[in-house]
Amino acid sequence: MYIYDDLDRTLVTERVAEFRDQVARRLSGELTEDEFKPLRLMNGVYLQLHAYMLRTSIPYGTLSSAQLRMLAHVARRYDRGYGHFTTRQNIQYHWIKLEELPDAMADFASVGMHGMQTSGNCVRNITTDQWAGVAPDEIEDPRIWAEIVRQHVTLHPEFSFLPRKFKIAVGASSHDRAALRIHDLALRLHRNGAGETGFEVMVGGGLGRTPYLAKTIKSFLHTRDVLSYVEAILRTYNSFGRRDNIYKARIKILVHELGAEAFAKEVETEWQSIKDGPLALDPAVFDEIAGRFRYPAYARLDDNPNALAHARRSDPLFDAWMGNSVANHKLPGYAIVTLSLKPEGGTPGDATAEQMDAIADLADRYSFGEIRVGHEQNLCLPHVAQRDLPELWRALDAIGVATPNVGLVSDIISCPGLDYCSLANTRSIPIAQEITRRFHDRDLARELGRLHINISGCINACGHHHVGHIGILGVEKNGEEFFQITLGGKADEDAKLGTLIGPAVPYAQVADVVEDIAAAYIELRERPDELFIDTVKRTGVEPFKERVYAAR
Amino acid sequence: MTSPLQQKIKINGPVVVTANRVGDGAVVYRRADGGWTTELHDAAVTADAGVARELVSAAVADDLRAVGPYIAPVTLTRDGEVRPGNLRELIRRHGPTIDLPVTFGI
Repeated sequence: MYIYDDLDRTLVTERVAEFRDQVARRLSGELTEDEFKPLRLMNGVYLQLHAYMLRTSIPYGTLSSAQLRMLAHVARRYDRGYGHFTTRQNIQYHWIKLEELPDAMADFASVGMHGMQTSGNCVRNITTDQWAGVAPDEIEDPRIWAEIVRQHVTLHPEFSFLPRKFKIAVGASSHDRAALRIHDLALRLHRNGAGETGFEVMVGGGLGRTPYLAKTIKSFLHTRDVLSYVEAILRTYNSFGRRDNIYKARIKILVHELGAEAFAKEVETEWQSIKDGPLALDPAVFDEIAGRFRYPAYARLDDNPNALAHARRSDPLFDAWMGNSVANHKLPGYAIVTLSLKPEGGTPGDATAEQMDAIADLADRYSFGEIRVGHEQNLCLPHVAQRDLPELWRALDAIGVATPNVGLVSDIISCPGLDYCSLANTRSIPIAQEITRRFHDRDLARELGRLHINISGCINACGHHHVGHIGILGVEKNGEEFFQITLGGKADEDAKLGTLIGPAVPYAQVADVVEDIAAAYIELRERPDELFIDTVKRTGVEPFKERVYAAR
Repeated sequence: MTSPLQQKIKINGPVVVTANRVGDGAVVYRRADGGWTTELHDAAVTADAGVARELVSAAVADDLRAVGPYIAPVTLTRDGEVRPGNLRELIRRHGPTIDLPVTFGI
C-alpha cells in the first residue's frame, strides 16, 4: 500500500473544499452549466443518461480494505448500492446527485481517494499490472514508478489542457497484464544486457474510432530519466497535437501522421534540453516514494501444503476454482486470487456494497488488508496464504465472486453501454449477460479455454473491443442496434487489433454468432490445447466468417 | 462524441424537449407552461419545428434548473399516450434494461 503524506492529504482536502464551493455556486445559479462543466469534469463528474456519474481513480489498482469499505459506503449512502469497476482501474457510480457529491468526495478524501484527472484533457489515472509487487515474473514493483509519474503530472499546469486525454500504463513483467500497447504512453520496465533497469517507452496507442497499437520510440530509457522523458513526450504532444479536430487530437494520430521515428526525434530534441535538469530523478526521491509503499510481513511458508492438496482432491468445485482463479505468488506458500465480477447473468465489473464490505473483511483476514482492481474488471486478493485457500473460496463463493471463469468465455470485458452512457449507440451489458447464459456450462467453458470477449456500445471503445479475441462493437442502423464482430485481437505483450469478419448482425443474433464462432473453433483447432487466439492466427478469420454468415 | 445538442435538428414527427435536472441529474421534460416535469405525459408535445425550437431555446435559457436540453422524438398511441421515440429515450424514461445488481450475488 502507498501511504499518503501531509502534502497529499492537504491537496485532496483542499480540492474537496474547492469543489463544494463550485457546486454551491452552480446550484445557486452563480455558475452556468458551461462554466461549471469543465470544473466538474476535473473531478470526474459526468452527466449520463439518468443521473450524474462519479468516477474515482484507484491508482495502479491498489486498494486498502478501508478504501474498499469506503467504496461500499459511497455506493450505499449516495448511490444505489453498487459500483462499477472500469477497464482503467477506476470505479464509477451511476446515480450520484450533484447536491451530495461534495459529501461523497469528502468521504473519499478521508481515505485518500479522489476523482481528480479521471476526466478531461489531462493525464488520467496511471494504471498497471494488478499483480504488481507479487507477480513471479516481475523485475520490480511498477507501482513505485507509476506513483512517481503520477505525482509529477498531477495538477501539472503545463499538462492540464492537453489536446486530448492522455492515458499512461506501467508494466514490469514479461507477460503484459496492463494492456500496455493500447495506451497513449506505456512504460515497460526491463533489464538491458548490462543488467541495468530501464524502460521501454511506447507511444501512440489507443482504441476508439482510429485504433493504433503504441510504437516503441525508445527501447531502453534509464530509470533516472523517466520524468524528463515523459515531460518531453507531453511537451511534444502539447506543441504538435491537433486541437482543431477532436477526432484527430489524441497522440496516436500525431505519432501516426508524423511517423514514430520523426516523433521520437522531436521528443529527443526536447529531452536533451531538460534531461540533466531538475527532472533527473534523485535517488533520494525514489527512496522516499518507494518507502511509502508498505509491504506485508509475510510468513515463511511452504508451497502446496497438505491441507490444500487434500481439499483439491476432495472437492471438484474447489479444484476447478483453484485451477482457474488462483495464480502463483512470487513467494512460496502464498497465492494471488482473482475474484470474478462476472457471474452468470451479471453486469461485468459491478459489485454491490455488501460484496465490497465482505471482500474488505476477507482481505483483512486473508490478504493483509489489500485488494487489487484489474483492467479486466475483476478484483484480486494479492497475498493469500495457500493454506487459507479452501476457507477463502467458501467465503468468496457465498458472496458470488468465485465463479471459476477467469480468462474464459464468460469473463467478458464490457462498457456500461446505452443502459447508462450518454455516448453509447447500443447496449452492451445485456449482450454480455446473454453470452454468459449461453456458456454457463463450466465444462464447455473449460473446453473452449482462454477466450476473451470484449464489448463496446459505441466506437469510443471503452470495452476495448479491438483487442478482444472476439470483439463486439455496437453500431446503430436506422434506429436499430447492430453489432460488428472482430476476431483475433489481443492486449498482451503480443498485442494485435482484431479483424472485422463481415457485416454487422442484429442485437438478437449476437449470442448465436458467438456460439457459432466457438463451435467453429472446436472444429478448426489442431489440438485441444491450441488456444482460440492461436487458431484464429493460424487460419485467419475466413473459416469463422464462412461459419457465421452461412447460417444467416 | 457529438451531443444531441450539437446534432442537426430534424423533426419528422412529434417531439418533446428533454434534459437532466441540475440537482440530481434526473430526466426531465419541458412543460408547456415553462416548467419541468419528470412525467413524459406532462411534457409539451409538438410536431412543429418552429415550436420545438422555441421550446428548446427557452429550455436552454433555463440553465439553473436543467442541463443540456435537446429535442427528442416521441410517438403517440391511438389513445394519445406519449411514448419515447427511440431506444435511448426509452432507457432514459424507464431506466436501464437490465436488473440493477443490488440484489445480485448475496
